[in-house]
Amino acid sequence: MSDFTTNRRSLLKGGATLLAAAATMSSEELLGYAKAWAQTAPWKPEAGAKVNLLRWKRFVEAEDVAFMKIVDAFQKANNVTISVSNESYDDIQPKASVAANTGQGLDMVWGLYSLPFLFPSKCTDMTDVADYLGKKCGGWAPSGEAYGKQDGKWIGIPVAASGGLINYRMSAVEKAGHKEFPKDLDGFADLIKGMNKNGTPAGMALGHASGDANGWLHWALWAHGGNLIDQNNKVVITSPETAKALEYVKVLYDNFLPGTASWNDSSNNKAFAAGQLYLTTNGISIYVTAKTENPQMAADINHAHLPVGVDGKLRELHLGFPILVYNFTKFPQTCKAFTAFMLDPEQFNPWLESAQGYLSPFLLGYTANPMWTADPKNTPYRDVASTATTPAGIGKMGEDAAAAIADFVVVDMFANYCTGREDVKTAMASAERSAKRIFR
Amino acid sequence: MSTLQTSVPVQASGADTLSLWARLRVNRNWIALWFMLPAAAFLILFLAYPLGLGIWMSFTDERIGRPGIFVGLDNYQWLWDDSIFWLSVFNTLLYTIVASAIKFAVGLYLALLLNRNMPFKAFFRSIVLLPFIVPTVLSAIAFWWIYDAQFSIISWSLIKLGLIEHNINFLGDANWARGSVIFANIWRGVPFVAITLLAGLQTVSPSLYEAATLDGATSWQRFRHITYPLLTPIIAVVMTFSVLFTFTDFQLIWALTRGGPVNATHLMATLSYQRGIISGRLGEGAAIATAMIPFLLAAIAISWFGMQRRKWQQGSSND
Repeated sequence: MSDFTTNRRSLLKGGATLLAAAATMSSEELLGYAKAWAQTAPWKPEAGAKVNLLRWKRFVEAEDVAFMKIVDAFQKANNVTISVSNESYDDIQPKASVAANTGQGLDMVWGLYSLPFLFPSKCTDMTDVADYLGKKCGGWAPSGEAYGKQDGKWIGIPVAASGGLINYRMSAVEKAGHKEFPKDLDGFADLIKGMNKNGTPAGMALGHASGDANGWLHWALWAHGGNLIDQNNKVVITSPETAKALEYVKVLYDNFLPGTASWNDSSNNKAFAAGQLYLTTNGISIYVTAKTENPQMAADINHAHLPVGVDGKLRELHLGFPILVYNFTKFPQTCKAFTAFMLDPEQFNPWLESAQGYLSPFLLGYTANPMWTADPKNTPYRDVASTATTPAGIGKMGEDAAAAIADFVVVDMFANYCTGREDVKTAMASAERSAKRIFR
Repeated sequence: MSTLQTSVPVQASGADTLSLWARLRVNRNWIALWFMLPAAAFLILFLAYPLGLGIWMSFTDERIGRPGIFVGLDNYQWLWDDSIFWLSVFNTLLYTIVASAIKFAVGLYLALLLNRNMPFKAFFRSIVLLPFIVPTVLSAIAFWWIYDAQFSIISWSLIKLGLIEHNINFLGDANWARGSVIFANIWRGVPFVAITLLAGLQTVSPSLYEAATLDGATSWQRFRHITYPLLTPIIAVVMTFSVLFTFTDFQLIWALTRGGPVNATHLMATLSYQRGIISGRLGEGAAIATAMIPFLLAAIAISWFGMQRRKWQQGSSND
């Protein structure tokens, strides 16, 4: 984000204030805008098109409402039908995979992580849409390109990401002796130990939680200089750096709330909301929920990025939300027009605002939206794209990396060691064996 | 058959094929085949074909959205050296054997209790079916809360009673997790065993018991020498089904643990799904699923050959 020119930023700031008005746009005004947009858009929806769109089930209700408003305006302006179905995080990928394999049922999927990379040959080339949006909305963050592009071709559009950042209770962190949130690995470990001593424990998932467990464990691996694969996608998991990461995570795990090896994606949300958990990695949804249901707790919650690695750099694995269009759809123009329409500033800004930080943009222009600074607790989530790394790490994103993360290769390695099932060497060897099978 | 053929020669001699067709059309032995054809087609289309396709897939490196090429036994060779696969085989066998044995014991006990004359008999009999009626995913969610690391009702009660100090790590510790999922499976499976055995018990003629009582048989002797032998055919059928259901269980594990912690509760079915659908490697997933077939055939064979034996059918100990 440092390469962002002041010129462009100020320009977009102006745009954002203007567009903040869009949040209050009535549905009729929105329809009028949608009609005008359709006139100028490079994609002309097929007459009477019927598009089936599958998306993940919302975690922030207002976000879903805003999304459906966009769908509604697009339908009316273009005289097409977009049927939206919702599935929970875990069910999106199997359904999308089945559709890809059978060539029917769905036209587009708004999914998780590296979904398009699981079946790149079934995805429509979205390069025109990506270029259009890049020009209009301040350019793509490099991580956005990494998430959307394969061999120079965009196979999906990374709509946004849900940042996997630290959610903590300020009082508990302060009581553990940290006035400021620690920015290095040692300070972080010290904090977790201190919190455990005070009876206000931290906890992060080590179970098969696609979002939470993958997120922070990949960070831990990368922070210590370990990698599953190198630049040429060769498996290099067995290394002294990985061993250090294992030891580090074991120390954290021993100081966590008991039971994190069985946690799924919602376990930490529940425990945090119940006041039993004082620090975890998550999207902003815990805070958003607390704001309405438990304002007292919300006042004590704050967010921070994970500590930087041994090389002073920060690489985090966030939960990307890419949208893809199948190449067997009968209505590619409609799908492309809709994708471009929903990421258009008039739609995307109000949508971002209603998501309250749950959606962090990959299009750099949207970091200028005032909502990121209006509540300073939102600010860490603004910069998600600048720390985001794909599941491939330093390697090349593709089918194999997508398969490895779906098979929990890295998560299982950490969990094997932390729960005492395997020693460091065996844990690395098992992960290496599974990874070599995938990257061959 | 011969009468049909004698009526044919009047026709022109050049119509041999027609006469063959005409014969096939009216031949009574063939008519049976025609009548079976729709059912057979249905079975082949929806059972045999997918099964064959699955087995074929296990010999390829097919991935989602991309056809595979034939790789021979490669997938199986990989699985042979794969510790997670063998762990899942162990888990599946442990799960099936322990859960089925306990389901049988508890089910039989319940059936005997329900077979007695008692007030509100019909009410109790129907209430036993409850766990069986609830959709698996719903009961799995209920168990998920019961076993939750932080909010478990069991842990909470025991802590309040002062018996333990910390929450029990139901699904986070390998052995606790195995025990927990087996218990949930038993809870779901007992009604099926109990009600079917109860149906079997009702067919035992009361006069046998009367005669035995007159001869001074104890209740254990009546069970051992009347009930049990007469019930064996039903037991064989029930346990075959119970073993098959347990062996192929998927929903309960997937909703509760997703195979965790650290694969300690991965069954072959869940591992196959994770590798095949979630991770996209259809060939390998199909190989794991295919590897289940020999175990299932063995389970069927045991009860099948058992049922063939006259002793099991007639319930006497001398063939």
